[in-house]
Amino acid sequence: MTTTNVASGIGKSRLWQRINLRDVAMLLALVVVIVLNSLARDNFATTTTVGFLLLDVIPIMMLALPMAFIIISAEIDLSVASMVGLSAATVGALVLREENMLVAAVVGVGVGTVAGAFNGFLVAYLGLPSLAATIGTLALYRGLALVVIGDVSVGSFPEEWTGFVQARLGATGVPIVTLAVLASIAIAIIILHFSSFGRGLYALGYSQEAARFVGVNVNQTKFWLFVASGFVAGLVGLYWALRYASARSDSASGLELTVIAAVLLGGVSIFGGRGSIPGVVIAVLLIATITYGFRLQRISDVVLVIITGALLIASVVAPSYFQRAREWWRGLNRHKNSLAS
Amino acid sequence: MSVPTTDQRAPWRRLLSVVALGASATVVLAGCAGGTTEEADPAPADDAETSVTTEEFSITFIPKNLNNPYTTVTLQGGEEASAELGLVYNAVGALDAAADSQVPFIQTEVQNGTDIIVIAANDPNAVCSALEEARAGGAKIITFDSDAECRDLFVNQVDQTEVALGQLRQLFDQIGGTGEIAILSATANAPNQNSWIAAMRAEIESNPDYEWEIVAEVYGDDEDAKSFQEAQGLLQAYPDLKGIISPTTVGIAATARYLSQSVYKGQVALVGLGLPPQMKEFIKDGTVTAFALWDPSELAYLAAYAGQALAEGSITGVEGETFDAGKLGSYTIGANGTVIVGPLLEFNAGNIDDYDYISF
Repeated sequence: MTTTNVASGIGKSRLWQRINLRDVAMLLALVVVIVLNSLARDNFATTTTVGFLLLDVIPIMMLALPMAFIIISAEIDLSVASMVGLSAATVGALVLREENMLVAAVVGVGVGTVAGAFNGFLVAYLGLPSLAATIGTLALYRGLALVVIGDVSVGSFPEEWTGFVQARLGATGVPIVTLAVLASIAIAIIILHFSSFGRGLYALGYSQEAARFVGVNVNQTKFWLFVASGFVAGLVGLYWALRYASARSDSASGLELTVIAAVLLGGVSIFGGRGSIPGVVIAVLLIATITYGFRLQRISDVVLVIITGALLIASVVAPSYFQRAREWWRGLNRHKNSLAS
Repeated sequence: MSVPTTDQRAPWRRLLSVVALGASATVVLAGCAGGTTEEADPAPADDAETSVTTEEFSITFIPKNLNNPYTTVTLQGGEEASAELGLVYNAVGALDAAADSQVPFIQTEVQNGTDIIVIAANDPNAVCSALEEARAGGAKIITFDSDAECRDLFVNQVDQTEVALGQLRQLFDQIGGTGEIAILSATANAPNQNSWIAAMRAEIESNPDYEWEIVAEVYGDDEDAKSFQEAQGLLQAYPDLKGIISPTTVGIAATARYLSQSVYKGQVALVGLGLPPQMKEFIKDGTVTAFALWDPSELAYLAAYAGQALAEGSITGVEGETFDAGKLGSYTIGANGTVIVGPLLEFNAGNIDDYDYISF
């Protein structure tokens, strides 16, 4: 499980110090996947791929950022996909009632934020374990989505809005929305790796008691993490409704597991205290590229879920074997040295 | 001893970070460089694509979801017709029937330059922007089983109202026109399910013979376990229930399985749309008296022939146009660009053995 910097993990929260073998390996894997796909299909290395792949990956990428924060702090938010659904349903229901689209968008994001704040309240101030609390709200928010929008599917969004979401930057194929995602990634990197708040999250992930002792306001920190998760889920809900021109009670159902899988693949420890945003970003892109390549080659999704599952397990198991091999090697050297002296 | 070891490792690690940084920078740069050359690429690639497709058309079926027996039977007909016509046949799809899960598959078909896309829309809105993109690229779009607006042609099993009325007739024959009844549907947003249910409600409202009270409408999401639990829940909540209508093959099979094991076997009438091989045992053991369907394979068979005619340009999807559909004979396009395969097939203990061919 562990890499080189466990013992000094708190001090090593800075980005450049955290570039480790694992992230490099993931990056190489991503490059290999891209190269293999390009060799396998003439039509893979095109701007069409760039556009579609990025449009598909945006929800997972956005949700993975706050999720990484939360898991690093040794908490979890299982309700993200339900918050996306609730936000999408709210936007849809308001558009159905012919409210102004801007109002619908703001309320939709607001509902997500409030849902996140409720999670935060349950975890930070009522002291519920986040696993239990967010399993509850996972069902609760999905149920509320059905109450809000019923069994209809709303698709009558203004064309300027749906057009904007689909719009690409010139001929590059890169969706304009990607710029906002890049900015979000940058903000996440700054907060996690270059601020005292970020260092506090690693401390929290190692030991709540220790974190409190060194001056981290544990409750407040946890609360705001869940608010951030809800806010981002609200934005993703709005994006979801516009991207698919479809807001329904079951929008994005099951997405939470994809997000958590990507975060763990990215090297974030499920026990907290370890992980980096670049690792998570690479992992999200890796899964998305494998998925896209497979679908382009019309390989069944059955194979796809098996591969992504195996990849996740391998990514967790491999480093611990690597570590053990290195310890064995070091032990061998030590033995040699002592023989020499 | 251990202290020097860590010291020795420090420069190695620093070197590694530098290498890593260098590597990532190279990748980013390569990515940018790749990006610029890619822009020039699509044109020749597309040319190659079209030069291939002038010889034979490619057809891809995107059903609601894979690993569903109904889908399997349906696709057999598509494959058969494609072989007869010399179409390049493919079938792709998600494992779940979610609204948005079909979009990535449409995208990759756009990119693969597929000429004919045949889709059973899980959600009429969600698939449209992707389908419009496919149409802009020259693909012909046919919906089958479940319609969406952005298509050239809709191939429908049986007239929508006839499907609804046929099921009500079967129920009336078994329990008469009174009592509490319930509907167990697929997903809450499935357009075909909802239009049948709407037609049923309208008929019950207007037909003086039908004095049923629809006490519940539940959704099994076309998942076997969920449908089973919904059936269980219905009978618990409404012990006086006299009949259940399940217009989905997954739902009716799961409900029949629940009923056959319960005290309600033979007490509660179950009608709906089912696959003969799945329902046979429940007809034989008396749980179900009659159910209905069409031959699903004919649906995809007809869709493939219609696709060929559209791609050739011999039809455009306008009312009144006629095309040939192999073993099924000749078909004429009806109102609103719809082609109807045939009448509802009704199954009972007398004829179920004749339909073993509708199997998987």
